[in-house]
Amino acid sequence: MAQFLQQLINGLSLGSIYALIALGYTMVYGIIKLINFAHGDIYMIGAYIGYACIRHFKLGFIPSLLISMVACSLLGFAIEKIAYKPLRNSTRIAALITAIGVSLFLEYSTMAIVGATVKTYPEVVKTVTFTPIEGVVINIQQIFIFSVTIILMVILQFIVHKTRIGKAMRAVSADKDAAQLMGINVDSTISFTFAIGSALAGAAGILVGIYYNSINPLMGILPGLRAFIAAVFGGIGIIPGALIGGLTIGIIETVVSGYASSLYKDAVAFAILILILLIKPSGLLGKNTREKV
Amino acid sequence: MPILTMNNVTMAFGGLAALTNVNIKLEKGELVGLIGPNGAGKTTVFNVLTGIYTPTSGTIEYMNDNTKTVINNLKPHVISALGIARTFQNIRLFKELTVLDNIRIAIHKDVKYGMAPTFLRLPSFFKEEQSLLDNAYKLLKIFNLDSKKDELAKNLPYGEQRRLEIARALATKPSLLLLDEPAAGMNPNETAELTELIKWIWKEYGLTILLIEHDMSLVMKICERIYVLDYGMVIAEGTPEEIKNNKRVVEAYLGGEAPDA
Amino acid sequence: MIDVMMSEINTPEAMNSAKYPRKFTLLKKILFIVLFYGIIQLLIFLNVINAYYQVTLAMICINIILAVSLNLITGFTGQFSLGHAGFMSIGAYTCALITLNMDTPFSFIIGLIAGAILAAIVGLLIGIPTLRLKGDYLAIATLGLAQIIEIIIRNLDFTGGPRGLANIPQYANWTWLFLFTVITVVIISNFINSSHGRACISVREDEIAAEAVGINTTKYKVLAFIIGAFFAGIAGALYASYFYYIKPDLFGFLKSIDILVIVVLGGMGSISGSILAAILLVIISTYLQSFAEFRMIIYSVILVLIMIFKPQGLMGSSEFSLNRFIQETRKNLQKLGQKLHKVR
Repeated sequence: MAQFLQQLINGLSLGSIYALIALGYTMVYGIIKLINFAHGDIYMIGAYIGYACIRHFKLGFIPSLLISMVACSLLGFAIEKIAYKPLRNSTRIAALITAIGVSLFLEYSTMAIVGATVKTYPEVVKTVTFTPIEGVVINIQQIFIFSVTIILMVILQFIVHKTRIGKAMRAVSADKDAAQLMGINVDSTISFTFAIGSALAGAAGILVGIYYNSINPLMGILPGLRAFIAAVFGGIGIIPGALIGGLTIGIIETVVSGYASSLYKDAVAFAILILILLIKPSGLLGKNTREKV
Repeated sequence: MPILTMNNVTMAFGGLAALTNVNIKLEKGELVGLIGPNGAGKTTVFNVLTGIYTPTSGTIEYMNDNTKTVINNLKPHVISALGIARTFQNIRLFKELTVLDNIRIAIHKDVKYGMAPTFLRLPSFFKEEQSLLDNAYKLLKIFNLDSKKDELAKNLPYGEQRRLEIARALATKPSLLLLDEPAAGMNPNETAELTELIKWIWKEYGLTILLIEHDMSLVMKICERIYVLDYGMVIAEGTPEEIKNNKRVVEAYLGGEAPDA
Repeated sequence: MIDVMMSEINTPEAMNSAKYPRKFTLLKKILFIVLFYGIIQLLIFLNVINAYYQVTLAMICINIILAVSLNLITGFTGQFSLGHAGFMSIGAYTCALITLNMDTPFSFIIGLIAGAILAAIVGLLIGIPTLRLKGDYLAIATLGLAQIIEIIIRNLDFTGGPRGLANIPQYANWTWLFLFTVITVVIISNFINSSHGRACISVREDEIAAEAVGINTTKYKVLAFIIGAFFAGIAGALYASYFYYIKPDLFGFLKSIDILVIVVLGGMGSISGSILAAILLVIISTYLQSFAEFRMIIYSVILVLIMIFKPQGLMGSSEFSLNRFIQETRKNLQKLGQKLHKVR
């Protein structure tokens, strides 16, 4: 029982990371129907920026987090303007391949600049642990991750539902042309969506650096894929879905790793993906939309 | 002998009923119209008949060669093989392919050669390909599109695209033809030509035709019978004269005035 | 009545696929292929094409097979597949395991065919459930399935786990590679230029319309996957037998992307495009090999630029024709001449 609780807690931390990344995927897909393959790499860059802040500029956790988020949002904004905007009216395959190109570019540029070897995060948050129940250890970093995720999610929900720009985001997601006809600046709305999604990914990056300690230029690929799967699982384009999906996949992965083999835990996310695509492609919270004939 | 019978067909998407208890019967050789305001469910009827949607309840019976088949749960390509063809409201030609290829794809059903002749280019392959080519060309000639056989479908003028779509539907050798707003976007001249074309294929091919149209001149001129749909239900059925004077029909369309004939 | 009309119409002479011209062009093609093979073989024999370039040649052949087979699935049938390397790995491992356990040229053939068939079966298994998915979802599903295959191979003992298999008996050489490249291109071209091929293309163009005119879209999607996977399996087997060392990492997501890039660069729906792009990209890769990271950076920038400026790739969906190439070059040179004239 204690072991199960431990797995649960570990899973929640991992899941929070996935949720933060998944939010970016789901918002971007919702608004321009693009799977932003480069999103996982923005998370990676967030980790590196955090590393630079903490190690080289000797900043604390909160300033580093904020800088990382701002830098990543600028990066996301730039990528959208340079690489995705020209392809807004192209085929989906063209957009997807461009995203793959951007992803490769980010990975290998980072590798060229900082080297391919793993870097270790310096300790910025003291490792304090609690043991509420016999056999269950909670690390303060895990509490950090979970609370930062919840706070960011609440802020996001506020933005999406209680501000004008949020309304614009929802409108453009529903019908881009109609939104434009209503006077909404579609371009800025899309840019804003990318910026927010990227900021969240950046936050995830620095949190992972603090918790797991090691970062490398290719660290974004697998978590990125898993986070995307989480977004699909919860319902692509649906924000609460990203949270549910992220937490679910994080927990299942940790449990499988704990009880079954840790080798097969990689397959978990993909197996879930296949299942959800076969059973309910619109995801847990998604609605079925049919093509009009 | 009715070639097609829809018995109490209901089509619901989630909570929304697009069709409710629709009963339609088509006798062999008839030319029947299906009219109604926008959103009444006319194209849904076509989609249900051709297997794109499976009706929530009710049955659809199709009679051909003295065999009656229930076609509710069949896939579209199976229904096509049984002899039901259709055109689409927003023309669905294979736009990036040539006029000739559009037809050749529609007669693919007749192809008997399998993988081995294809991979190894056996004589049976060449023989059948030639006959496919010939049959496609002949059909195009009948519809006056032979001179454009190597044009990309998307480069044809609108009227010829519509004609090609009808030719392609006929290439599948149907007994029942469903035409979805073939006159959409046409001026009176083009509509008159289309009317003649429909009358001609009706007789020459011995077809049963169900026609969705908004252009009342076309409908009233050639339909023997008309079904009127509103909010997914059949609200009237009869000859053009009867329909013109039917109060419910008039209300459904314009709230008080007779539809332009 | 319509039958009478149809029988009265004569198809014009120009549309007859007459036998004389056909046999002649076939002879020309065979001659060209044999000549090409002979020249390269001679150059290898004379060591003009040394060991280093021979490796490049091998990679070109293997990538041509991979690109053409993926093009069938993604370019011609419109099914976006991001897991092609998975099929390749099945062919590679099957052939490797068979020849490792029974070291004879005969077992190489068996390994090759078994690898291809097994890959085709997996293609069938992947094709069926993913059929109702479209576009992005299909891409991710195929990616996921390929990852699952990789993970399974990585975790099994007899496949050598993460370290893979080494000392695989080498049977593949230029002759085998060339032979199978030609076979692949011929068979897939023959398939495309047939009614079955047109059925696949109609699935790409408009699935609903295709169903409405009687095309069993499910059957053709699965068929494309099976054929594409079969040849990817052959490519994998050839790879294993030539490079004598394989491990799961070689057949991962990045490899699938590599193949997709070749297909997109060449033009989805153009076989000659895939061939050209494969040659081009392998040569560029080999040239940039010493600058490993920069190769990828340049690669990715090229990719993005092509997608922005020429998404239809080099050939679009047409095939290479010498006449057209000469015409286009002439036109471009004229335009260039005019511009220079204006500058003066």
